[in-house]
Formats: sequence, structure tokens, C-alpha cells
Amino acid sequence: MLIILVALFSGLVFGLGLILSGMTDPAKVLSFLDVTGSWDPSLMFVMLGAISIGFFAFRIAKQRGRTLLSTPIPLPGSRTIDLRLILGSLLFGVGWGLSGICPGPGLVLAASGEVGGVIFVVAMLLGMFIFDWLEKRRQAELNLHHRQQENIEKK
Amino acid sequence: MIDWQSFTPISAFGGGMVIGLATALLLLVAGRIAGISGIVGGLIGLRKGDFAWRAAFVGGLLLAPWLWRWLGELPPVHIETGHALLALAGLVVGIGTRYGSGCTSGHGVCGLSRLSPRSMVATVLFMSMGMAVVYFIRHSLG
Repeated sequence: MLIILVALFSGLVFGLGLILSGMTDPAKVLSFLDVTGSWDPSLMFVMLGAISIGFFAFRIAKQRGRTLLSTPIPLPGSRTIDLRLILGSLLFGVGWGLSGICPGPGLVLAASGEVGGVIFVVAMLLGMFIFDWLEKRRQAELNLHHRQQENIEKK
Repeated sequence: MIDWQSFTPISAFGGGMVIGLATALLLLVAGRIAGISGIVGGLIGLRKGDFAWRAAFVGGLLLAPWLWRWLGELPPVHIETGHALLALAGLVVGIGTRYGSGCTSGHGVCGLSRLSPRSMVATVLFMSMGMAVVYFIRHSLG
């Protein structure tokens, strides 16, 4: 129950931070991405500000290995740079460059009643749904393949 | 050329620190990583057991503009992209962030904070691609 309250509060603070940072204005984000035009470096300062705190938070998390409530902190373990990471990030970059919107600001824009934000978020959810569907199919095929291999080995 | 008129280093850094605090809180109390695409993606997958905290985080995020509006006025927003292009952008952001396991928050803030090589690669790639797309649209198409 406490985790749910903390998550709610964290989401709220995160959203307020996004609004304060100026990153909920897609024009400002596009201005950051427009390095050869009239460049607005603000987004870099947002990341620096967030990392200046996040760096210490993750160091503490790693050292303690547990939360302040003594529950374990599962950190992502994968270190392999694979094609999924590369192509996925490039694809995300295409959408980000087209719109100046990434998932967090998209949700805040949609909630504040911006039609463009709502369109973006609905399409984003559809995209995530497509990913899930493809992943489930891939997993099913892998399992089937695995079982066939086992059967061959038994024979 | 830096656009000094639009550049807002103080509110940008301050807003970033607030985002960092939210991330630290979720990490050190709840033991979860504040990556928006991952949190939302997990809601769609309907994995049992961890639905509630994800929904609560997203709920908080959605409440933010309402709280802001209650206290004052939301900063102006300019969406220049047309609706069809916005839909396309949302679609590829949805697919891309799930395949790439993260977005600006998960890779750009959390991943860089913990010096993850995967996140460094991801951040360089989505930023470069974003810049390339903007260059193509604004300076190449004319």
C-alpha cells in the first residue's frame, strides 16, 4: 500500500518537474533537436539536473541493494548492446524528431487536454500494444521450436 | 547558433532536479525505476502483481497538470506537427521505446545516472536520430 502511495506521489512530482523544466512544450524540445538552426540547449540542462540527483540515488541503491523499507531493488542486469536496443532507440528517435514529444511529456500534454497530446498518446499505446502482441507471438514460436527440439532429442 | 531568447537554463536545471527527486524517491522507497515507457508498457502487458504501482505512478503524472493549473497557469504549449504525423510519431515512439527498453527517462535519466553502457548507446542513438529527423524536415525539405 505504501509503495502505491509513493508511486502516486513520485509520478505527481515527476510531472510537475516536467512542466517546470519546459519539456512539456514540444516546440522547445524540437528547438533542442534543431542543432543547426536556432538552438535551445535547455533539454541538456534538464538531463543534467535530473542526473545530478539520480547519480547519487543510484549509487546509494547499488551500495545498499535494498530500499529504505528493506525490500530488494531489482536493477536491470542486461549489459549486451543488441539489435533490439539499437533499432528500437533509432525508431524512438524518429518519432521524437517528428513530434518533439516523448512518453512522459506526451502523457502530461494529453492530461492537460491538448488534442495533439491525446492523439500522440493513443497512437503510442497502440504501438506498445503491437510490441506486446509481436513479443507474445515470438515467445510462442520460440517455445514451440524448443519443444520440437526436445522431441527430436528424445527420439 | 544558440537561441538566447528561448534558452531557460535555470528552470530547466531546476525542473530536472525535481524529476531527479521523483526518480530517487521511487527508487529508494519503492525500489522501482522511473522509466515512463517501461511503466506504461507494463500496464499494457497486464502482468499480474505489479499493476497497482504502475497505475498509481501514471495517475500521479496525469494529475500534475491539474495540480499546476489549480495553483496557477500552465506554461504555453506549441504543437506544430499535424495530426496524422503526430499519430505516426506516437506509434513509432510506442514500438521503439518498448524494443529499445526505454525512453528519455529510463535511458536518458536513470540509465545515464547509473552509468549503464546500454543506456549511453540508446541515448546517443535516439538523440542523434531525433536531430537528423529535425534537420531533414526543417533544413533539407525547406
